[in-house]
Amino acid sequence: MIYGTTPSQTVGPYFAIGLPWPEGPLAVTPDAPGAITITGVVYDGAGEVVHDSLVEIWGADPEGRFADLWGYGGASSVAGFRGFARYAKEDGDGTYELITLKPGAVTLPSGVVLAPHLDVHVFARGMLRHVDTRIYFADEATANAADPILSSVPQERRETLIATATDNGYRFDIHLQGSGETVFFAL
Amino acid sequence: MTEVTTTEHEVYEAITDTPPCYLREPEEELTPIDYPRYKSSVLRHPKQPLIYLPQNITEITGPQLGSSILTGHFDNDLTRQHAGEPLGERITLTGRVFDTEGKPLRSTLVEIWQANASGRYLHKWDRWPAPLDPNFSGAGRCITDDDGRYSFVTIKPGPYPWGNHYNAWRPAHIHFSLLGRAFAQRLVTQMYFPADPLFPYDPIFQAVPDEAARQRMVSRFAPQESVPDWALAYEWDIYLRGPGATPFEEAL
Repeated sequence: MIYGTTPSQTVGPYFAIGLPWPEGPLAVTPDAPGAITITGVVYDGAGEVVHDSLVEIWGADPEGRFADLWGYGGASSVAGFRGFARYAKEDGDGTYELITLKPGAVTLPSGVVLAPHLDVHVFARGMLRHVDTRIYFADEATANAADPILSSVPQERRETLIATATDNGYRFDIHLQGSGETVFFAL
Repeated sequence: MTEVTTTEHEVYEAITDTPPCYLREPEEELTPIDYPRYKSSVLRHPKQPLIYLPQNITEITGPQLGSSILTGHFDNDLTRQHAGEPLGERITLTGRVFDTEGKPLRSTLVEIWQANASGRYLHKWDRWPAPLDPNFSGAGRCITDDDGRYSFVTIKPGPYPWGNHYNAWRPAHIHFSLLGRAFAQRLVTQMYFPADPLFPYDPIFQAVPDEAARQRMVSRFAPQESVPDWALAYEWDIYLRGPGATPFEEAL
């Protein structure tokens, strides 16, 4: 018997009651060697900042291994690396900030190599279901050019998936709609 | 940061339990991202088509936050997090987390948040002039047991007005967030109470296209589980995506 899934509903404006925890924005301890800050602003279709947005990331460690305790891929051996971070602030200004390690390339069992990337969930009031995107990195041009997922995205939209370097990490803005709309995936 | 410990035995079990890819529901069965009756959806959904992402290791893995994020202070009893007891109708709320093949998801995190009995949220942006309750924060966390069961004690939240349209009121609901085992299983939803007269008028509830699917968001009153002289019981099972039918098409 196959059961129907429980449908999605919006996260609403008040998620900060239940979803933050002290280490939530930290996919790795902030003093870990190589820790980087991923920051950006979430915009709506009118170019307005989405104050009540919630952003989560999930990605591999610099060796391309995941902190996945369910057994896939060989667990990350980096101490204190969780791979998952959530930005869920009560009085948000639409700018998220998360700390992680820069992921390495991931080699699939087939030998296909995926460029360094983070998977991203975006939630907000007004979104009845979350959307999924990916962060790639501007300083990985060679790996990006060979990545099968990026290659499946129309050329003129690929740059919406590329984070740019900052002093302490990368910047990745998210446009839910309109000019420069970020590429979102069905998965 | 607290390390989550998992025995080798558990890891082995997890490998054998974890599918290589997850079900893709047809778009028309999903809650739509564009639903103009819910006004704030209008500017907050992508208009470009979603691009097919084959599920690979990043999507079929996921965090298991486990007990590392519990406070240990009545995480799943929202009536005992303060010095006194909150006002309102005390209820127990339990259920099981399954995948679409009916397999229970054990050791998975369930997070909830809700309004108090007056329909007021403890949040600085909630301006609805109903009283806050000094004994109620409205947040809970629970890790499912080996049968996939979660369990909360809380109070029944009240309905409240909102600005979507003239005289708009949300049916009483509790927000739920589940990580499942994989990025591809993530679910944020709302649980409702049986036979709420506000269902026909609520665009968030009505956005779900199929009546049977809407009913999967509604808990059931469980008189046999109610505790005499203490609390009424509600039960609600949650179904996350299970194994997909076509793993070979997903592989890169």
